[in-house]
Amino acid sequence: MTEIAWQQKDLLSIADLSAAEIQLVLDTASSFREVSARPVKKVPTLRGKTVINLFFEPSTRTRSSFEIAEKRLSADSLNFSASSSGLVKGESLVDTALNLQAMAPDLIVIRHGHPGVPRMLAERVSAGVINAGDGAWGHPTQALLDAFTIREEKGKLEGLKVAMVGDIAHSRVVRSNIELLNTMGAEVTVAGPRTMMPVAVETLGVRAVYSLEEAIRGADVVMMLRVQLERHKKVMFPSVREYFQLFGLTRERLRSAKRDAIVMHPGPMNRGVEIASDVADGSRSVILEQVANGVAVRMAVLYLLSGARQEAGA
Amino acid sequence: MAGKLKLKRKILDAGQMRRVVRRMAGEILELSGGTERLILVGIRTRGVPLAESIADEIEGMEGVRVPVGVLDITLYRDDLSTIAPQPVVKETHFPSDLEGSHVVLCDDVLYTGRTIRAALDALVDFGRPRTVKLAVLVDRGHRELPIQADVVGKKVPTSAAEVVEVRFKVTDGGNLVVIMELVEEA
Repeated sequence: MTEIAWQQKDLLSIADLSAAEIQLVLDTASSFREVSARPVKKVPTLRGKTVINLFFEPSTRTRSSFEIAEKRLSADSLNFSASSSGLVKGESLVDTALNLQAMAPDLIVIRHGHPGVPRMLAERVSAGVINAGDGAWGHPTQALLDAFTIREEKGKLEGLKVAMVGDIAHSRVVRSNIELLNTMGAEVTVAGPRTMMPVAVETLGVRAVYSLEEAIRGADVVMMLRVQLERHKKVMFPSVREYFQLFGLTRERLRSAKRDAIVMHPGPMNRGVEIASDVADGSRSVILEQVANGVAVRMAVLYLLSGARQEAGA
Repeated sequence: MAGKLKLKRKILDAGQMRRVVRRMAGEILELSGGTERLILVGIRTRGVPLAESIADEIEGMEGVRVPVGVLDITLYRDDLSTIAPQPVVKETHFPSDLEGSHVVLCDDVLYTGRTIRAALDALVDFGRPRTVKLAVLVDRGHRELPIQADVVGKKVPTSAAEVVEVRFKVTDGGNLVVIMELVEEA
């Protein structure tokens, strides 16, 4: 058991966390998972704390996950979404931040299309800021819940072979996951069509290949990424059918991974595009576990940050 | 906290501790009228080895292993906003349904009563026991809430500058109860 203290005011990027801090989040999350299994799924821990969920980009799953986590900890939460916020009316981001600050929230959860916005906000408000996704830059709580899920299934992270397949360039979960898995000593391979692979991706500390089979050979974990059909259907690959034939995970292809390999997907998934239905619903899929674990991990983050903030303010 | 803890005096050695726990087990049996639907619930951290030791003694007397649950009260504390950093949260689990059971909460030291208040809050979120009783190895006084133990191993008058340390073999390498005193760093 880790016995280190949480010191950070914000959770902006996995790169800001040490291996011990990641361990602490995961250990704390494993205790919080039990809360969701109780007859009364609520603890009074964050009673009287205010959490603002500030979503400048549509998100159902991440926002609901945070909201449930907040409610199970008895925090008072408030949702701002892009359509109803002042930004539409021409307010600058800094003014939005100052206005939020004036309402004295304890924590702000933010999703924004541009990288760096959460950090900018964190520098201007005394509330703890949690990055719930900033562009294609990072999504630290997703990486933490993925790591938690892997650790639950495999008992460890160190030394595992993890393959990430799909839209490496545009997926917000990739960078955070790579940072986290590298910090914890896992071995990451990424694969995807060349059009979806960032230039010099190896500098992130991964092996890059251009075939699904090669990526998942001998893998302990196969993480499929969502093809953002709405964003670039015509630009990145000729057809959905061709994408599925080359990079879709089928039961047949999964055979080249380890026998006990697990299949993950951050959701929402396109069945028949990046993953075949029978694999998504199969015995090796932990996709719904990821969703359940997401709540526990977010509870852990909310809990740890709310304590750190006290210390910073003391 | 400035200063460090210095051993002041020994309250119970391993042998005395065993005899005290045995008496507590007897009192619990007497109060509960046997082992029927009895659950011992240890409050983390050192209420757990106490509950286990009491369960051992009960088993010795009655030949029945009473279930032992583990309760982590961190999420129910009333001082989370005044202490930093956050204490590490650990898991809570019960071996059987609390509904209609006779729960005996076990903790090593009874002091302000706030831990027990939190434990009662936590307990009712898991079900509705028929009765809840409290067993503590050491009652050191200085209550801040109207809470009293039903079974007390030893009453020890203390001052606020003192710390009562209960050590168990499983957590600390040996069975011992001592009073430590906070002394200013020279």
